[in-house]
Amino acid sequence: MDSSRRSVLKFFGLTALGLASRPVFNAFATEHGHSAMHFEKGAKALKAKQWAMVIDTRKFESADELEPIIEACNKAHNIPQFENKNHEIKWIWETEYHNAFPQSPNRFLSEEAEQRPYLVLCNHCENPPCCRACPTQATFKRESDGIVIMDFHRCIGCRFCMAACPFGSRSFNFRDPRPFIPELNKDYPTRMKGVVEKCNFCAERLAKGLEPACVEASEGAIVFGDLYDPESEVRKLLRENYTIRRKQSLGTEPCVYYIV
Amino acid sequence: MLELAVKGDKKYWSWVVALLAVIGGAFLIYLWQLKFGLGITGMSRDVSWGFYIANFTYLVGVAAGGVMVVLPYYLHDYKAYGRITVLGEFLAIGAIVMCLLFIIVDLGQPMRILNVWLYPTPHSVLFWDTIVLNGYLFLNIVVGWNVLEAERNNVHYQAWLKPFIYISIPWAVSIHTVTAYLYCGLPGRGFWLTAILAPRFLASAFAAGPALLILLCLFVRKVSRFDPGREQIQSLAKTVAYAICINVFFFLCEVFVAFYSNIPEHMDHLKYLFAGLHGHGLLVPWMWASLILMVVGIIMTVTPLTRKNETTLACACVAIIVGTWIDKGLGMISGGFVPNPLHQVNEYAPTLPEIGITIGVYAAGALVLTILYKIAVGVKEEVRA
Repeated sequence: MDSSRRSVLKFFGLTALGLASRPVFNAFATEHGHSAMHFEKGAKALKAKQWAMVIDTRKFESADELEPIIEACNKAHNIPQFENKNHEIKWIWETEYHNAFPQSPNRFLSEEAEQRPYLVLCNHCENPPCCRACPTQATFKRESDGIVIMDFHRCIGCRFCMAACPFGSRSFNFRDPRPFIPELNKDYPTRMKGVVEKCNFCAERLAKGLEPACVEASEGAIVFGDLYDPESEVRKLLRENYTIRRKQSLGTEPCVYYIV
Repeated sequence: MLELAVKGDKKYWSWVVALLAVIGGAFLIYLWQLKFGLGITGMSRDVSWGFYIANFTYLVGVAAGGVMVVLPYYLHDYKAYGRITVLGEFLAIGAIVMCLLFIIVDLGQPMRILNVWLYPTPHSVLFWDTIVLNGYLFLNIVVGWNVLEAERNNVHYQAWLKPFIYISIPWAVSIHTVTAYLYCGLPGRGFWLTAILAPRFLASAFAAGPALLILLCLFVRKVSRFDPGREQIQSLAKTVAYAICINVFFFLCEVFVAFYSNIPEHMDHLKYLFAGLHGHGLLVPWMWASLILMVVGIIMTVTPLTRKNETTLACACVAIIVGTWIDKGLGMISGGFVPNPLHQVNEYAPTLPEIGITIGVYAAGALVLTILYKIAVGVKEEVRA
């Protein structure tokens, strides 16, 4: 009788301890899980209603000029370099005019404009079809500033978002990327195999008050700012130049604009 | 009733052991995929869904096809189908099991699969697809099992089953509709962006499912004392004939819209599949073979002479099963991804490990089907003895 009462008390005691320790474990879990991805916004953090980008393609003549821009992104985000093209991970890359704008490849375009290299990346659409498709909300549109962002820890790797993206902006980790990262940047997490990733408009840099890595490396050819602030530099450029966007007719409202 | 599954002759057991061996082998390849990642498949950044999802799509159709015996029997009181409804329901169970396995082997992080229900997301079609597929599996297990047990006990099935039976009919339509919505609601994928995709999926499902059921009926008659019946097989054959005609008709509607409208985004995928694009045409012979097989299937099931002869009917069914499999399994998924959103052509072909895992999933489905059919046929033999 006594021993059984003791065991019952022990059981309840342990249960209570277990329940009481839950918040502690949660705190640990957050420390090691989610907040590794969640970059705390500092006092100097850049803020916007909807971040947008204007790329002045006139300032680029050859693919070589895009190299440092792409490299800056690759370095900042631990992008692996694979030999097998099937496994490729790309956040921002260079392509030709008729690939960037397949719906409107005007014929007899000025040779100069047609030969120019074009940078393509996630458009951080205002109506992102990828976020609609994701069955776990692992990719979502961040309400605070409109960035279409990923939670690499929640992604199940179904790749529905890749089918949904009309711009081919998403990549999948077909194998462990870590051994293929040329130079590890400890300020940004690496990914594991089996999850999707893409450009995040450098959310981690914005939180520290820095502009995106590609913008910084572009020496003024790429401008970043708030689409809904009439005084922003982005809006100034949109006012003063004729710009186009990729596949506008699909209604996704891309936030990357091109001055052609 | 499960005891019926363990009372078999040598042939039955060798077949079961052979299937287990295939499943075991494929499981080892799957462990390799789990360790390395999906990089062992032929999928790429551009063709991000391949053989797994294609076979998944095809088998959703086979599962939905089961309703073609359930509906006439329960809604139109077509008595003849009473003998084989359970075969239709059990075929659906086997097919759904394969569908679920294909989804699992296609995931990059399968251990996180429960995230779909931990974070329910009504705006994602995939969320709804898991619900309709699991629901359909549940309905068929409950209905098939209880009706068969009632038959064995020589009583009418329980009254509470009625609502489940009626729900299972529109539910069958829903599984393939929702599966089509996975594809046809995506902007920028011209090949899939068509309102006729769900009806087309259903048409091919109602051809392929009953065609497979006919073959299974002929097989059951050959290896057991239970005869599913000539009338039943002939009625199924008529369903197959209508459905395959409608399937090809829907396809021709697609071709007309794409080419008469002359919109490149819609034409390019069809061009890639049937003629090749920018010098790439891996699937061209397959697609033409598919079309020819389906047309042969139409001719043979529509002509009374070849439909009424069970040997030629069986050939027609094989032609239709293979034809619709190529159409949906090879063309439908790759076709939608090539050319890619930047209008570049990167082709896809499954790799050997990928095919191995696929065969393993089919073997698992065959095992489930074998056991269920063994039970069903055992009961039928008992009742008629």
